[in-house]
Amino acid sequence: MAANKNKNILQVEKLSVRLSQELIIEDLSFCVDRGEHLTIIGPNGSGKTTLFKALIGVIPYTGTITWASDTVIGYVPQKLDIDRNLPLSLNDFLQSKNYHLKPTDLKKYLDLVHLSERLLPKPLGFLSGGEFQRAMMTLALIGDSNVLLFDEPTAGIDEPSEEEIYETMHRLQAEKGVTIITISHDLSLVNRYADNVLCLNRRGLCYGHPHEIANPSTLAKVFGTKRYKHYDHTHG
Amino acid sequence: MTIPMDNFDKLSIILAVLTAVASGLLGSFALMRRMALAGDAFSHIALPGIALALLFHVNPIIGGAVALIIGAFIIWRVEKLSGLNTEAVTGVLFTVSLALGALTIGQDHELVDTLFGGISKFSVYEFIIGVIVALIIIIFVIYRRHALVLSLISKDLAKTAHLSTEKLEWQFLLLFALTVVLGLKFLGVLLMGSLIIIPAAIARNLAHNLNSLLIISALSAVLAMVGGMILSTYFALQLGPAIIIVAGGLFVLSLLRVRSI
Repeated sequence: MAANKNKNILQVEKLSVRLSQELIIEDLSFCVDRGEHLTIIGPNGSGKTTLFKALIGVIPYTGTITWASDTVIGYVPQKLDIDRNLPLSLNDFLQSKNYHLKPTDLKKYLDLVHLSERLLPKPLGFLSGGEFQRAMMTLALIGDSNVLLFDEPTAGIDEPSEEEIYETMHRLQAEKGVTIITISHDLSLVNRYADNVLCLNRRGLCYGHPHEIANPSTLAKVFGTKRYKHYDHTHG
Repeated sequence: MTIPMDNFDKLSIILAVLTAVASGLLGSFALMRRMALAGDAFSHIALPGIALALLFHVNPIIGGAVALIIGAFIIWRVEKLSGLNTEAVTGVLFTVSLALGALTIGQDHELVDTLFGGISKFSVYEFIIGVIVALIIIIFVIYRRHALVLSLISKDLAKTAHLSTEKLEWQFLLLFALTVVLGLKFLGVLLMGSLIIIPAAIARNLAHNLNSLLIISALSAVLAMVGGMILSTYFALQLGPAIIIVAGGLFVLSLLRVRSI
């Protein structure tokens, strides 16, 4: 089934994922509009990262995942497989995805995430947590990605950097029409930036605008208990 | 213990230098892939092949090469099926190979050369094959270095960039096996892994980026190889240990100037 080209960029229907005999995701269906920022929330082990892996097609699943034909996915994993202290410069890191990139093209991507060119020769270990997350975002954007899948964008970085990462995603969404799908634990940031929220706890438990979802009874249902962080923000 | 020949002919020196460059380049990625010890263990997989070749009077390098290529395939398959990492699978295969090799090889005099390296002259045929294999390894690492980095950063991310990580993994393991084969005559089964890893470790201490890592690693391997040849000639030492002593010395020197970030 083809996703509606004008509206949906992603359509997921009756998705189930079983890993090592364990049912991780069961019968999940949802859609993502072009240019939307969808955030997936849920407790640890609820299948959020597994859902991402199914979306990028690296694990087997049943059901259907339909991306629009013009989709170019940029994926930012939660963890890298390598040690950041290896002698790899930011330039090596970014060129790994496309070594034909001209310096001007590279600058275009760096400008999108507000990362200075001067960091290019620096080893990865030299970058701060926030700079590194933006470097990951740059790597994901290379190739003119129009969908960004970001697993825990703010894991392991300080609060001002968290804010900058979300601001950057928001700008990409607003200026470039990039569709953004994030996994997050931080409900205060979700409330401010996401257009829609999908609560996951094996099944999709709720879906809707953050203000409809972020109420104590829904969150208790998703997280099981009151083990969640919830702050209200008033927009002026 | 047999003493190696006092002089090395031109063919041996050319092949030694190319082998060192291939080891240094490949070793940089082996180190980044956390295959440091796997490199050492990997070379032992050649042993049963060499033992069988000696038993049937076939060129031992051919026996070692066959064992290593089969070994690389087994590691790749078991790794994929079991989800164990390369180091664990290699560790299992290494001990089993060592046991099989020890049972087969008996008390052959050629065992010492097999274990520690001791070069006799290369035939023109061996030389040509060796040069071709070394060039394939060198060109592969240089040409595919960006893809190798991407697959190291994240396999999932590499797949979204349409990179076939499985194919790359298999190519890497196969070339790793061939690098070990190249070095067997110079360093022997016990020490070849060190020529892959020590130069890479030296480069890891000194380099700031990928290109400098590859260049320093290749140069260190060449220095160790040529230095080892000179040492072994002047002091009548077994070649393999002489090369590794030079490599070890260079590593200690590199610690004096560990890169500061």
